[in-house]
Amino acid sequence: MKHHCEYSLFALVCLALPVFAQANPPQSGRDFQGKETRALEADEFANPGMLWVEQGAKLWREARGAAGKSCADCHGDAKQSMRGVAASYPKADANGIPPGRRVLSLDQRINACVESRQAARAFAWESRELLSLSAFISHQSKGLPIKVDITGSAAAAYARGKALYFQRIGQMNLACTHCHDQNWGKTLLAEPVSQGQPDGWPAYRLEWQTLGSLQRRLRACFFGVRAEQPAFGSDDLVALELYLAKRAEGLPIAAPGVRR
Amino acid sequence: MTARLRVPDTARPGDIVEVRLLIQHDMETGFRRDMQGRAVPMNVITEVRARYGESEVFRAELGSGVSANPYLAFPVRALKTGEIRIEWVDSAGVRGGVSAVLNVA
Repeated sequence: MKHHCEYSLFALVCLALPVFAQANPPQSGRDFQGKETRALEADEFANPGMLWVEQGAKLWREARGAAGKSCADCHGDAKQSMRGVAASYPKADANGIPPGRRVLSLDQRINACVESRQAARAFAWESRELLSLSAFISHQSKGLPIKVDITGSAAAAYARGKALYFQRIGQMNLACTHCHDQNWGKTLLAEPVSQGQPDGWPAYRLEWQTLGSLQRRLRACFFGVRAEQPAFGSDDLVALELYLAKRAEGLPIAAPGVRR
Repeated sequence: MTARLRVPDTARPGDIVEVRLLIQHDMETGFRRDMQGRAVPMNVITEVRARYGESEVFRAELGSGVSANPYLAFPVRALKTGEIRIEWVDSAGVRGGVSAVLNVA
């Protein structure tokens, strides 16, 4: 009899859990794509983002700049040294490049290395080189859960990102939360509204016919609500990236993703 | 430009195997304009040829209707161990190539 009670209590808990769980677990943007797009992302060979990953692997070993150093000269085999790195970005860098422990996105961190360690010119935003390196580094975290630090010097950026996420902007007078928390799963024009999770980025977007960064995707949302687009690498976009990463915590990295 | 080519690791004589190819190329249609409003000249891969050993096994003519970073796949009958060599050229005259060895035993 006692066992019965325990079982029924267990069953009750099991029944009750999904009600709470369903509202909350972050769901990858992949789940909002059509069957063919999901298949393209899952196909390790045909996923076009893998072209950038492959080029990134080449760039990783290429010496660059006045220092004549390659990424591999300091970091060695990316399979080990970069494992899990992308899952922890944006990040306030303890190594102090640049000094001041500013929160940097992965792209900014790559360029900080290029400028200070390789003594080379920083790559342009959305350039093939920068996207290739960030896709390659992100790919080393594939399957690892997103986990970012929002304490210490990252706390202010996180607060700013969170405020921006809930801030109404543009002629449409919409905040991120209105689509991506309150209306995900519904249809906007012909497209399902996703939760706005960053796990698959940088991603190959079919609309763009190329790989693009999360910041490019965020800027597209600013355009969509007819607001002024923040510049690439601006504190606002990095802060938003940090808030999105914290919000997606636990979701495994799936870069490079494929999106419509 | 990066390209990916995949053939099976091994095949038996007479097997029909799939050759898969993915080429990084903008496939610029010529209809787009840049941020300054200037027309971006057309530049697409116009022709892809595949050789297996001595013979040509596949040829395709592509145009502006093909999306960026084209993916092509075609079947080949495995006869003997040999190189599968794929070459292409775009409207700017830039050539590219990639090859892999098909082991037949």
